Amino acid sequence: MTTTTPEPPRTSVPVTERFRVPGAFLLGAVLLLGVAPLALSDFRLSLLAKYLCYAIVAVGVSLAWGRGGLMVLGQGVFFGLGGYAMAMHLKLADAADTGQKLPDFMQLYGTSDALPWWWKPFANPVFALAMTVLLPMAVAAVLGFLVFRRRVKGAYFAILSQALAAALSIWLVGQQATTGGTNGLTDIQGFFGYSLDDPVNQRMVYFVIAAVLLLLMALARRLFVSRYGELLVAVRDSEERVRFLGYDPANVKLVAYVVAAGMAGLAGALFVPAVGIISPALIGIVPSIGFVIGAAVGGRASLVGAVLGAIAVAWAQSTLSDEFPAAWTYLQGLLFVLAVGFLPGGLASLGTVLRRRRTPKAPVAQEPVPVTVGETA
Amino acid sequence: MNGEGLTIRDLRVTFDGFTAVDGVDLDISPGDLRFLIGPNGAGKTTLVDAVTGLVRATGSVRFGDEELLGKAVHRIARLGIGRTFQTATVFEKLTVLQNLDIAAGAGRGPLTLLRRRKGVPQAVTKALETTGLADLRDRPAGVLAHGQKQWLEIGMLLVQDVRLLLLDEPVAGMSHEEREATGELLRRVSADRTVVVIEHDMDFMRSFARSVSVLHAGKVLSEGTVAEVQADTKVQEVYLGRAAEPRPAPAVPVAEEA
Repeated sequence: MTTTTPEPPRTSVPVTERFRVPGAFLLGAVLLLGVAPLALSDFRLSLLAKYLCYAIVAVGVSLAWGRGGLMVLGQGVFFGLGGYAMAMHLKLADAADTGQKLPDFMQLYGTSDALPWWWKPFANPVFALAMTVLLPMAVAAVLGFLVFRRRVKGAYFAILSQALAAALSIWLVGQQATTGGTNGLTDIQGFFGYSLDDPVNQRMVYFVIAAVLLLLMALARRLFVSRYGELLVAVRDSEERVRFLGYDPANVKLVAYVVAAGMAGLAGALFVPAVGIISPALIGIVPSIGFVIGAAVGGRASLVGAVLGAIAVAWAQSTLSDEFPAAWTYLQGLLFVLAVGFLPGGLASLGTVLRRRRTPKAPVAQEPVPVTVGETA
Repeated sequence: MNGEGLTIRDLRVTFDGFTAVDGVDLDISPGDLRFLIGPNGAGKTTLVDAVTGLVRATGSVRFGDEELLGKAVHRIARLGIGRTFQTATVFEKLTVLQNLDIAAGAGRGPLTLLRRRKGVPQAVTKALETTGLADLRDRPAGVLAHGQKQWLEIGMLLVQDVRLLLLDEPVAGMSHEEREATGELLRRVSADRTVVVIEHDMDFMRSFARSVSVLHAGKVLSEGTVAEVQADTKVQEVYLGRAAEPRPAPAVPVAEEA
């Protein structure tokens, strides 16, 4: 075993493999940017735009949970921060367009005539846009720094995330005068000068969302195949071992968590023009679970699986919850438990799982060096 | 011999009132191939845990001039101290090459990390050869045989460029040929590094140890060459027990704790 054998000729990556990823990416781009806008009515397309926002969150979930093992059950926080940052700017812009000093809801509920100080900078479009991503990332960075350094993980991390999502939505409800309370920020008219009532502009919003999704998928894919991606999987599978190699796993996890938060923030920001509302009900515990279910069902470690899963679950939700509003929550919970418990790789892994079932014992793949535990006894 | 030695003074580790390591003094000089032996519960693994920062301890552990106690695990690792575990822990989903590449990478800058791996670092190629895993480099580590996983772990320590290797029962569960190969590997590795091996296998110890420390109930019972330790009546009493003659190997079971 110790003799140095000449290295086997490096099998170059097969052609099918080399073109598979760019090919799939191209196909996705054609479907999203070409086929869907042609085939779907305005109404369906705007629904798809909404689902694609969830898919953007799923890209981050795939990174943080699928590759990093962080059960991010509180993405609603970041989605909400991004959404509110965007909606605050759009409300201010709407008010300015109509010559009002304050957004409409503040005139209704407000106790003072002045805009709260923390609203003011959001009048600036550049600031607001930057905040949709930077604010969630900053919150995730602080939170992650505290949590990962203390080695909080697994279910504790998930529960903590959930609690934060609940806390943010409860806080928002309580601040009716400045955040719109339970109603949230609604009735958004314009999007950087374009009227959202115009179907053409709605289509434009769809194209922006689809393009952002594709871009973020490309970015995530780069992260997956980078050395960092390998390291992240290593941390997921054996954090302690990574530590003994001289890395601080807290930092490795922090990066994935922060990037995922930024993606969720961007998704929230795009959700606002697509749907015209952001409210506490969209970012609390239940939607936070909803953000990860798609990824769990589709296959959290697989980027495409997570994205398709998110779109499919969002579609199922809006279809089924109309018909059976009471049953959807149970179905959602069931889906989650089934996927996590019985098919951790999601539908993306179904092929592999079935193949393994069929061939009960995979042949051991090299010259036999039998494991002889009993031999020395 | 270049490199630093390990100096342990009055090391104590206590878990909820139970003292696992009870005032150990050890001097391991650079280039040594030291075996730590002792019955189950003697505190061998806990000692290694304390040195590598996994458990809290009092006393002093110095590697060269650096005091290790109180440092975080990954900081100790970066000083050039690596370890393996009783159960081989490799990253099963990653290939042999990826495993080694990660081990080689502590201290890589963020930009390098964000790029895709291009080519194979020289240290990794060398480790693949040293451990005889070159043919298996693109296989997931999860499919490796038990012995190969242990070698991969040792290979990971090599590319990490550690100067002190702490190996916890590296040959447990290995076949005779694998033991021999592992022993040879350790000999080669210890040519320019310091190696500490926890082992239950007496034959293996006799064949490859340069020096031996016997631990018993958290204390160092005896220390010296293999012959000296075997001649020590205290050792024969507590450890070799009923078989006082020179070849007591079968009386010592291979530990099977997880």
